[in-house]
Amino acid sequence: MEEFSARQLRERIAAGEVNSVEAVKGVFKRIDELEPTIGAYISTCRERAMERAAEVDGRIAAGEQVGELAGVPVAVKDNMCTTFGATTCASKILENFHAPYNATVVEKLLAADAVIVGKTNMDEFAMGSSTENSGLKQTVNPWDTSRVPGGSSGGSAAAVAGRLCYAAIGSDTGGSIRQPASFCGVVGLKPTYGRVSRFGLVAYGSSLDQIGPITRTVGDAALMMNVIAGHDPADSTSVDEETAGLCDYLAKLDEPIEKLKIAIVPEFNAGAAEAVTKALAEAIEVYKNLGAEIVEIDMAHLDYAIAAYYVIATAEASSNLARYDGVHYGHRSEKAADYVEVYTKSRAEAFGKEVKRRIMLGTYALSSGYYDAYYLKALKVRNLIRGDFAEAFEQCDCIMMPVSPTAAFKIGEKVDDPLTMYLCDIYTIAVNLAGIPGISIPCGFDGESLPIGLQILGSAFDEDRLLRIARMFEAQTNWNEKKPPIVE
Amino acid sequence: MEYKVIVGLEIHVQLCTRTKMFCGCAVEFGQEPNSRVCPVCLGMPGVLPVMNKQAFEYAVLVGLALNCEIPGFTKWDRKSYYYPDLPKNYQISQYDLPLSRNGFIEIPLKSGRSKRIRIIRAHLEEDAGKNLHSAGNYSQVDLNRTGTPLLEIVTEPDLNNGVEARALGVELQRIVRFLGVSEGDMQKGQMRFEPNINLVISRDGREYRTPIVEIKNLNSFRALERSIDYEEQRQLAEFLESGKVIEMGNKTTRGWDDQREVTVLQREKEEAHDYRYFPEPDLVPVELDKRWLEEIRSGLCELPITRQMRYVNEYKLSDYDAGVLTSERAISDFFDEAVKAGGDPKRVCNLLTQEGLRIAKERGSSIAELGIKAENVAKLAGLVESGTVSASASAPIFMQMVETNKDTWSIVNELNLIQKSDAGELEAIVEQALADNPDAVKDVTSGGKKSKKARGFLLGQVMQKTKGQANPKVVSEILTKKLG
Repeated sequence: MEEFSARQLRERIAAGEVNSVEAVKGVFKRIDELEPTIGAYISTCRERAMERAAEVDGRIAAGEQVGELAGVPVAVKDNMCTTFGATTCASKILENFHAPYNATVVEKLLAADAVIVGKTNMDEFAMGSSTENSGLKQTVNPWDTSRVPGGSSGGSAAAVAGRLCYAAIGSDTGGSIRQPASFCGVVGLKPTYGRVSRFGLVAYGSSLDQIGPITRTVGDAALMMNVIAGHDPADSTSVDEETAGLCDYLAKLDEPIEKLKIAIVPEFNAGAAEAVTKALAEAIEVYKNLGAEIVEIDMAHLDYAIAAYYVIATAEASSNLARYDGVHYGHRSEKAADYVEVYTKSRAEAFGKEVKRRIMLGTYALSSGYYDAYYLKALKVRNLIRGDFAEAFEQCDCIMMPVSPTAAFKIGEKVDDPLTMYLCDIYTIAVNLAGIPGISIPCGFDGESLPIGLQILGSAFDEDRLLRIARMFEAQTNWNEKKPPIVE
Repeated sequence: MEYKVIVGLEIHVQLCTRTKMFCGCAVEFGQEPNSRVCPVCLGMPGVLPVMNKQAFEYAVLVGLALNCEIPGFTKWDRKSYYYPDLPKNYQISQYDLPLSRNGFIEIPLKSGRSKRIRIIRAHLEEDAGKNLHSAGNYSQVDLNRTGTPLLEIVTEPDLNNGVEARALGVELQRIVRFLGVSEGDMQKGQMRFEPNINLVISRDGREYRTPIVEIKNLNSFRALERSIDYEEQRQLAEFLESGKVIEMGNKTTRGWDDQREVTVLQREKEEAHDYRYFPEPDLVPVELDKRWLEEIRSGLCELPITRQMRYVNEYKLSDYDAGVLTSERAISDFFDEAVKAGGDPKRVCNLLTQEGLRIAKERGSSIAELGIKAENVAKLAGLVESGTVSASASAPIFMQMVETNKDTWSIVNELNLIQKSDAGELEAIVEQALADNPDAVKDVTSGGKKSKKARGFLLGQVMQKTKGQANPKVVSEILTKKLG
C-alpha cells in the first residue's frame, strides 16, 4: 500500500478496497521507524489523524460521498496555520504559537477529507535553501542522511520521499518547493502567484510566496491542485476565476501536448554541475523523441534575478516579521525592563541568524535615501524579467532548465557562506519574480546516486499544460519510482 | 515689528462604517476591551487584509465634498513603526498615491464672509488601538479601535489663527455629518486634530520664521483654538528671547495640557522618523472608473456652508440663524421641506430655532424625530404671518403639534388661540383699560421718561383682558389714536 500514489490510494479507499486507518497506521509506523533519522516533522498529530481516518472510513462504509483526498495521509509545512497543534514556522519566536484559525489551504484539504498527519520542518520563516536554518530541528535527505533535503520546504520533501506521508504541501518564495523536491527526488509544483490562496500562510515575501504540492507523481500534484487551487475572497491577491479559469487538472493529464515547443537558455545553464547538465540534456532528448521542437532563447535579465529577489523578498520580510515583537503573542523576553526592550530582547533572543540577516537587509533597502537605489530598482528589474518571460512564451510552450546547480549538498557545507547559498537559487528565483508556474520532476541521478530535478516553466495560469508536459516525461521514464535506500 | 501666525492642520476622521477597514469586525465605541477583534485586526501570523468598499466610497465622498481631484488609480502602502497599539507594527495607509488631493474647503468667518483653505490631500488608513496606563506598573492594550477606517485630511498652512482653525474644524464636522460618513463625535475620538504652527515675523526689514511646532492629538474645538493661541504667544516670547528660527530638523512636538491650558514639550527634535513606506503587497491597487465615481458622487448633497449662504442671501435670515439651521443635516432638510411647503422662511426659522430645537433638546432627540410634519410647521408659519395667531401663541400650538400630531388648524381652534384683530371689539377693551389705569394714562400723555414704560403696561393690560388673543399691533394703533 505504501507504494500507492495518493491518487491510487484515494481510489482504493473510496472503493472500500483498503481503508484510511490502515494507511494512516502505515504512515505512523514509518514515522516511528524513520523520523528519528530524517526529522521531517516539527509536530505530528497521530490521535487526531487516526480519528479523522476512522471517520472517513465510516462515511465510506455508510455509502456517503467523500472528498477528492478522502483518507489520504498528507503533511503540511509548518508555516500554514492550523487550529490543531502549533504553527511555528520553525522559529523559536512562534515555538508555542497556536493559531486561532485554519489557513484556507488547510480548510480545503480538510474539506477534501484529507488526513493531516503533521506539520513539517522548514527553514525558519521559509528563509533558506537547506532547512538548516530551522530554529527547532534538523532534517536530513532520505537519499543520503549526511546531506540536506533542500529548503525551505525540506521537511515536506523529505516526508514525501521517506514515505512519511503520501503527499505534502509546501510554499515557494524563491524555489522552496522545487529545489527540495529535486534534492529529494520527488515532484514539486509552484503554481502561478494568485492561483492558491495565501490566507493563513505565514508571510515571508508576500508578493512572491505561493503554496503548492510536493508529491511522488505528477498525477498527485494535479490531484492536490484540484483541491487547493481557486479564488479566496480572504486573499485580495488570489485571482478570480473569471480572469483565470480553473480546470480539472487530472482530466487531460495523460494527453500529450501536440507540437510541443520547448525553449532552453543555453548560456544560463552553463553554470550547473556536469551531472546536472547531462541529466537535463537527456531529458530534452526524451522530449525530442516524443516529437518536441527545441528552441534556444536568450533571457537578457535573468542574471539580475538573484540581486532583485534578495532586495524585494527581504524588504517585504522586514515588514512582515515586524509583528513578532513579544507584545501580543509568541516569545517574550523575561529580561525586558520596558516596552522597547520587550521588542529588542524578544526578537534578539528568538530569531535565528539568517532571519536577522534578512530583516537587516530588507530594513536597509527600504530606508529613506536608499529606497530608490534598491527597492525601486529591484521592482524595475522584476518588470524586465516578467517581460523576458512574456516574450519567451510567445515562442514556446515551456522553458526547461535545471532546478539547482548541484544535487543535494552536505549538511554544514554552506552554512557559513550565505552568498554561495543564495546563488544556489539562481534557477528558481526568476520564476517567483515573474509570478509564473514552475514544476520540478525527477530526471536522473548524479554519480553519488543523488536525485536531480528537471525544471519546467509555463506561462501564468497555465498549470494544466505544465502538468501535462511533465506527465509526458514521467510516462516515458521511471525516475519517480526509485526509492531512497532508507525506505527499501 | 509685525508678525503673522501660520497654521496647517492634519485631521483624522473616523468613518462610521459598520465594519473595520480590512476585516469584518464591528466598529463600535465603548465596548469591553478586545471584544471587537479577529485574527486579521490582531495582526496574527498569516492573515491578509481585504478592503472595505464602503469605507473607500465614504472617503471619496469626502474628497469630492472638499473639491479634491480624485485619481482613477490609488494604492495602499505600509508605514512602519513599532508601538504596542499597532499589532502588525506597520499601518496600512496611502503614501504617494492618495485617493484625493488638491482640494479646498470654504470656512465661514465672523464677518459673514468665507475663506478658502487649500487641502493638500485626504487619504484612507487604519486606526491604531489604545494603550491604557491605568493598571499600575504595566500597560494594557485595547485593540477594539484597531483597524477602524480613518480618513486623514491635510491642509495647506492657510490658517492664520486659532479662530480660523476652529472654524475649519466645525465646518469639517458639519460636512462629514451632512454626508453621513462620520458622527464626528470629538469625545469619542472620532475627530482629532494636529496643528502645525509657526510665526512669520517682520523686524527691521527682515523676515524671520520661528521653528514649526506640531501639537498632537487635540480632541476638542476649544483645545484646538486655545492651543494655537497659546503657541502664538509662546513662540513670540521665545523668538524675542532667543531669536531662534526655523532650521532643518528643529521641528518639535508638543502636547496640550487641558487643565493648565499650556502646550508641553514632548519631543525635542523630530528625529528623522523613517517610516520605510513601501507598497502594500497584500492588497491590489484600487481602480476607480468613471461609472463608480459617478455612483459615489450621487451621494453628495448641497454642502452646509452653501446652504447657510443660501439662507442668508435668498431668505434674508441672519448668519446666526442660518448657522443654527445648518448645524445638522436633519434640521436643514426639515427647514427646506417646510419652506418648500409654502412656509415663510423667517417664520419657519423662528419656529424651528425657538420651539423645535428647544423641545428636541429637552427630549434628547433631533427635530426629524419629533414626529411633526414639515407641512404643518409651514401652515403654522402662515397663520402667524397672516396675524391669525400671535407669535406668542405659536409656542403652545407647536407643542400640541408635537404631542398630538393633529392638523394645525384643529389645534388652533381647540386651544381657542385665534388672534383678535377686530378694531371695534378691541377699542372697547382698550377704553376699559384706560379707565382702570388713570395714572398710567397720565404718564403716557405727559411724555417723558415714564411714557414708554406706561404705554407698554397699558398694552399688557389689554393683552391680559383678552387672554393673549388680541393682536398687539392693532391694540397699539388704538392706543396711539387715543393717547397720541
